[in-house]
Amino acid sequence: MNQKYVLPLIASAIFLVLIVAGGVYLHSINIPVLEPAGPIGLAERGVIVLTLLLCAIIVLPVFFMLFFFAWRYRAGSHTSRRSHHPGWDHYDWVAEAVWWLVPSVIIFFLSILAWQSSHALDPYNAIQGSGPAITIDVVALDWKWLFIYPDQGIASVNLVEFPTDTPVHFNLTADAPMNSFWIPQLGSQIMVMPGMNTQLNLMADRDGDFNGFSAQISGEGFSGMTFDAKSVPHADFDQWVALVKRTDNPLSPATYAALAQPSENNPPETFSSVDSSLYTAVVNKYMP
Amino acid sequence: MNAPTAIFGLLSFSALPQNPIAWGGAIIVFLGLAITLAVPTYFYAWRHIWKEWLTSLDPKRIGVMYIAVAAVMLIRGGTDALLLRIQQATSVGSSTGILSATHFQEIFSAHGSIMIFFVAMGLMFGLINLVVPLLIGSRDVAFPFLNSVSFWLFVAGAALINSSLLLGDFSTAGWLSYPPLSELAYSPTSGVDYWIWSLQIAGFGSLLSGINFFVTIVKMRAKGMTMMRMPMFVWTVLGAMSLVIAAFPILTVTLALLSLDRTLGMHFFTAGGGGNMMMYVNLIWAWGHPEVYILILPAFGVFSEVVPVFSKKKLVGYVSMVLSIWAIVFLSFLVWLHHFFTMGSWADVNAFFGIMTAVIAVPTGVKIFNWLFTMYRGSIRFESPMLWFMGFVILFTIGGVAGIVLAEPPADYQLHNSLFLVAHFHTMIVSGVLFGYFAGFTYWFPKIFGFKLDESWGLRAFWAWLVGFVLAFVPLYILGFLGATRRLDHYDPSLGWQPLFVVAGIGAVFIGIGFLCQIIQIAVSIRDRHKNRDLTGDPWDGRTLEWTMRSPAPSYNFAMLPIVHARDQLWAQKESGIVPTKLYEDIVMPKNTGAGIFIAGFAFFLGFGIIWHMWWLAIVGLTGMFATILARSFTEETTYTITAKEVAREEHKAL
Repeated sequence: MNQKYVLPLIASAIFLVLIVAGGVYLHSINIPVLEPAGPIGLAERGVIVLTLLLCAIIVLPVFFMLFFFAWRYRAGSHTSRRSHHPGWDHYDWVAEAVWWLVPSVIIFFLSILAWQSSHALDPYNAIQGSGPAITIDVVALDWKWLFIYPDQGIASVNLVEFPTDTPVHFNLTADAPMNSFWIPQLGSQIMVMPGMNTQLNLMADRDGDFNGFSAQISGEGFSGMTFDAKSVPHADFDQWVALVKRTDNPLSPATYAALAQPSENNPPETFSSVDSSLYTAVVNKYMP
Repeated sequence: MNAPTAIFGLLSFSALPQNPIAWGGAIIVFLGLAITLAVPTYFYAWRHIWKEWLTSLDPKRIGVMYIAVAAVMLIRGGTDALLLRIQQATSVGSSTGILSATHFQEIFSAHGSIMIFFVAMGLMFGLINLVVPLLIGSRDVAFPFLNSVSFWLFVAGAALINSSLLLGDFSTAGWLSYPPLSELAYSPTSGVDYWIWSLQIAGFGSLLSGINFFVTIVKMRAKGMTMMRMPMFVWTVLGAMSLVIAAFPILTVTLALLSLDRTLGMHFFTAGGGGNMMMYVNLIWAWGHPEVYILILPAFGVFSEVVPVFSKKKLVGYVSMVLSIWAIVFLSFLVWLHHFFTMGSWADVNAFFGIMTAVIAVPTGVKIFNWLFTMYRGSIRFESPMLWFMGFVILFTIGGVAGIVLAEPPADYQLHNSLFLVAHFHTMIVSGVLFGYFAGFTYWFPKIFGFKLDESWGLRAFWAWLVGFVLAFVPLYILGFLGATRRLDHYDPSLGWQPLFVVAGIGAVFIGIGFLCQIIQIAVSIRDRHKNRDLTGDPWDGRTLEWTMRSPAPSYNFAMLPIVHARDQLWAQKESGIVPTKLYEDIVMPKNTGAGIFIAGFAFFLGFGIIWHMWWLAIVGLTGMFATILARSFTEETTYTITAKEVAREEHKAL
């Protein structure tokens, strides 16, 4: 075999092995963004896939032309010697009209998609589910998440439970630097800022334990700012609330003040009661 | 205020590095500095270096120095990248890796800041300095002294950012330092101040450069070179410099406001006190997005020069190219909000910016078609500049698709600040910007140094970069779908991320090997310079003015100023066979001056003084800058004349 092909062949073989191994590996694990557990994540996966497909219409021909032209018109090739045309630009304007037009048409469709999906998937939109929505107030602290259930009168740290198939309405603020609240398996993230109140609506359509993260660097303990998001049957949720209420661990102003101090890798914790005005107080704290 | 505070401000022994890895970084940098200073001392070369290089106002020499500094900073930024990769590949579960969280955060903040401000910008201004005057048939830039000031401010910024290795710490707030994290309440140490002042000083230099090259291109083109006869690289630089002039003042103001918050206790962006952190995020991206196009337009320009020469064909769609450049320049100011779709703007706003972002892909796509059809019916030579172009098209297209995905706001809600985003912008910056500048550096190297770069090491570098890039960043795209957020110094093994991080780490090593190949390439090329000497002045069978003169280009560039009749002037001359008659004239050139170095030195003191609250030093810096500018403006003899006779002698000696 010609020696100059040895290295490229070995390299290609290694890449092939890597791709296969990667495929097998990815098949064996959970891919939250592509295997969503709720309608928002599902719709967003749809947007991603549709965008990729529309882009492929233009990208695949580009790749084809790149390699085909490179091979066909390489210096010394027959075609290149026969048809090399240093001044080729006679039908410039027709060709150019085509390659301004084709991407424009694709972008036109992508723009429609952007407009419609931005409105349909606005994180502030309420979601239709079975039963009324449950409200959860979220406070990002240094470096943990506090969840307040205003209607149930309980609170938790780094653990958020909610009933399956029930829309969850999050109000979010921070008593810390900016963070971003993200449960990949459910969809949309939203930024969380001191003195601001942002909103997010999500729903899980199956029971499960999902990982939640902060997606915006917020300081030393940022990596540990993860939380468990649990969607459970309605009955289980009610039972959990009752259980939490029975513990004697109220979130008093003093407890909150201690909790707001920087700490890292906090384990999940629950509070049996919470002042209903706490969330508003945290938002207003940063108002001038 | 007691005496030590008056003198040293906040500086004390506790500012020295606190752990072995930090000490390692400090020692390596200062060892490097010591060697750089010791070698010329040993060879008694300082007088030569001072006279011929440091004080030089020749844009070609300033360009070489820009690229040298950028290469050093690439080593720094690359080492940072390797440390980040090692940390993320190892810090899983019970293992905490090699870095503390804070140190990790300092390193990624430094990595981003350095790569954008001191590597990409440095390479860009380096290349622009090397060839813009040559391409437009000029002997110099519009403001040669200002050019030297710009370069030295860039060096002062680079020096300041590296000082943080030894004294104090660096910002932990990311390369754009969003408040309120970057405010005094959450970042009380000197780190963010280092970030502010190194960027402020270097950024001010960039603004001056932007003005300089804008004026140069508008005012100093050769006779007959109408706008529509300018080489495409010059068009892209004109576009980029327009963006610099429009965007960098925003950066200057934003950094100044943040600095006022931190230093004088004001409340522009603080949490509480009436500050608005969202204003900062808007402002920084109103600069930040144009910045991306500032970097990438000249790289497009390089490919627009390289592809026609190596395809032996004129550029297809010149007018289209020009239109698309200005479309990009205009649109680049209308997309900044796509960096924070997740901030909770209402749907109309997000949709508008999403659509604008998608629209900007049209002029970019048109450029790719124009290059491809320049190859069509060509006679293509696959030397390394052309290979960088091939690699660029493949990776840039993939990165572009990722960008269009992120431009759909709902897709961004899922992928924002994930490693998918990180992979996307690295694809754009590495394949778009770095590959472009590598191609340009290889392509124009013989014009500046008089010999070609070694091709076999160039090929090795290219393949190592390409393979390394794919290995390093494909896993990151996938990790985004796995829900991996950026900037994590530690994660749980159950997430299944580790194998992908390990592959990414191996990729980073390959990239490191690629860079090493480039260093070897330069060394080997210098060793074999007699073999690779460019005797014709036109080693690639070029088409534009820079190849009409001998290599290396003389200090005055053109012995006779060219008269331009066509877009590809040299190609037109080759086809018509008409060679301009040699008729030499006296040439007036600017004298060298060290004033730029002093101004930048004082700027360094100003920055360092403010960072450490050493107010006397800040006052010395500010006064020194003004005094130097004043003194310089009273210097009367700033030019010297090379007589026609001397020019003739030089030119004949070279033949």
